Amino acid sequence: MITSKSAHPVVKWIDERLPVFTFLNRELRDYPTPRNLNYWWSFGSIAGVVLVVMTLTGIMLAMQYTAHMDYAFDSVERIMRDVNYGWLLRYLHMNGGSMFFIVVYIHLFRGIYFGSYKSPREILWALGVVILLLMMATAFMGYVLPWGQMSFWGATVITNLFSAIPLVGDSIVNWLWGGYSIANPTLTRFYALHYLFPFLIFVVVALHLVALHMVKSNNPLGVDAKEPQDTIPFHPYYTAKDFFGFGVFFLVYLGFVFFAPDFFGEPDNYIPANPLATPPHIVPEWYFLPFYAILRVVPDIEVFGFILVEAKLAGVILMFGSILVLFFLPWLDSSKVRSARFRPIFKQFFWIFLADCLLLGWVGANPPEGSFVVLGRIGTAFYFAYFIIIIPLVARFEKPLPLPSSVVSSVLNEKKGERS
Amino acid sequence: MNKKIQDAGAAGDDESRRDFLLLTTGLVGTVGAALSAWPFIDSMNPAADVLSLSTTEVDLSPVETGQSITVVWRGKPVFIRHRTEQEITQARNVDLAELRDPVPDEDRDIRPEWLVVVGVCPHLGCIPLGQKPGQPRGEWGGWFCPCHGSQFDTSGRIRKGPAPTNLVVPPYRFINETSIQIG
Ligand code: HEM
Ligand code: FES
Repeated sequence: MITSKSAHPVVKWIDERLPVFTFLNRELRDYPTPRNLNYWWSFGSIAGVVLVVMTLTGIMLAMQYTAHMDYAFDSVERIMRDVNYGWLLRYLHMNGGSMFFIVVYIHLFRGIYFGSYKSPREILWALGVVILLLMMATAFMGYVLPWGQMSFWGATVITNLFSAIPLVGDSIVNWLWGGYSIANPTLTRFYALHYLFPFLIFVVVALHLVALHMVKSNNPLGVDAKEPQDTIPFHPYYTAKDFFGFGVFFLVYLGFVFFAPDFFGEPDNYIPANPLATPPHIVPEWYFLPFYAILRVVPDIEVFGFILVEAKLAGVILMFGSILVLFFLPWLDSSKVRSARFRPIFKQFFWIFLADCLLLGWVGANPPEGSFVVLGRIGTAFYFAYFIIIIPLVARFEKPLPLPSSVVSSVLNEKKGERS
Repeated sequence: MNKKIQDAGAAGDDESRRDFLLLTTGLVGTVGAALSAWPFIDSMNPAADVLSLSTTEVDLSPVETGQSITVVWRGKPVFIRHRTEQEITQARNVDLAELRDPVPDEDRDIRPEWLVVVGVCPHLGCIPLGQKPGQPRGEWGGWFCPCHGSQFDTSGRIRKGPAPTNLVVPPYRFINETSIQIG
């Protein structure tokens, strides 16, 4: 039995039987956190808040939504027009999806810039990539639920990707659909899974946090926090900082919800799904655009005029590969220095890489013709070269700047510099 | 494991017997668990009612030469084109070596004047244009897919663009002079 430090008799009684208070105290209050975290470190907890908001709004929507292809579109319109605050719940959920990806992408690029994926945080990083994959699946299936034209045709194009798999491709697609085209069986299973996956995300997030608290936070300097002066307790310092971040985040999020609720949406999705007419220009949600670009620009892969992998399959492999390669990042980058602040060459390539992802997003939003195809191919080549060639080479040949001896010495020197 | 107890048994023999039992029960258990996953997986495959909707009958008598109609089969559009003489010759006078998915036109129809193909682009499943007058039909006079620009000839064969294969010819038969059954 543990002896609770709490003075309150009821709290103490509970704590000695179920140590929730000891746990919270250790992980959220005393938890030693590097003293120099900047606002880029707020995005993890913001993502957690978004997950909670998505779940709450989602459960309320589920009470009104009808998962049947004849009623789904109308039930969403009913939510928008007749259900009390239904418009608010739906706009929170719709824009929440976009916000979730913005926040998580920032969180992820933060990790790359400051080398947070390096030892001992490899598993923490890998769990993050798993969360990203689950989020993508969840958002993809959620987007099908309102059963508009983009829902239907986006789902058609994406599920058809699997038909590129040799031999069993078509059977897999019919299995995914539960039929010979996207229809009611597809809608009902996507709904069931769209409800389930966020709870899987909660589980993986929990593991992500266990891994985090095992190895503790990285920090903008990328040097380990060793001495007690390098850290401060999580509460009140980072609770306060995080809550300020939440405030700013909600200003942006609610700004969209109230003033531009369809900013991220596609007007075509307000047309009911029609299996017999394809809209002229199918685009996925913005957060999938870079991957969609990779999918479409890849040509047949030929070796001496002999087609090794045909374009469709190659596109699919590279699209999934573009995310899976993230799992290997901790081993591709062998540099011992984490933070880009002390890695002049890495830092430059980081910004080029970020620009490359934005370029691919822009290509994905445009029809795959003419110069967009060329740009997309260059962008795709750079994307993979960044991970597979540039990062390992930079790690070997770059000469990093001298590292500060500790977090605290660097922070105090900066302060002195400001004063003089 | 406790050394004494192990020695007390008929030594080596017993140990390999135990290993064998562990291995075989483990194997049977694993295979059993894996097999029992099948009903769960198969429940997601097309159900009997979906399968039972899988034939469609079409009356062709109102379709004039040069016209096209679209019918629904298994939830997908099927393009039926009453081809003109010119379209047929165009489809037949093609050097097969030019084709990505080489199939002679003769193998893609039962009667040359009727071309029946599933109206789903083999690339990523969009519905090609070209059924209605005024819609683009591409350079080969067949169909044009607006999604990523695949072009099909008057036999529904892929001629340009990302689609890897021709438009699929569904199984069908003539049930009398003027109607067909698809599926
Ligand atoms: C990881 C968190 C989640 C993400 C990223 C997500 C994403 C989405 C997206 C993109 C849509 C389509 C919005 C639209 O265009 O209308 C949607 C719809 C929907 N979601 Fe979620 N969702 C999440 C969690 C949940 C949860 C936990 C539930 C229920 C328990 C839920 C229930 C629904 C329902 C009923 C709809 C259809 C109504 C509508 O279209 O607005 N979602 N979701
Ligand atoms: S779906 Fe027709 S060209 Fe891609």
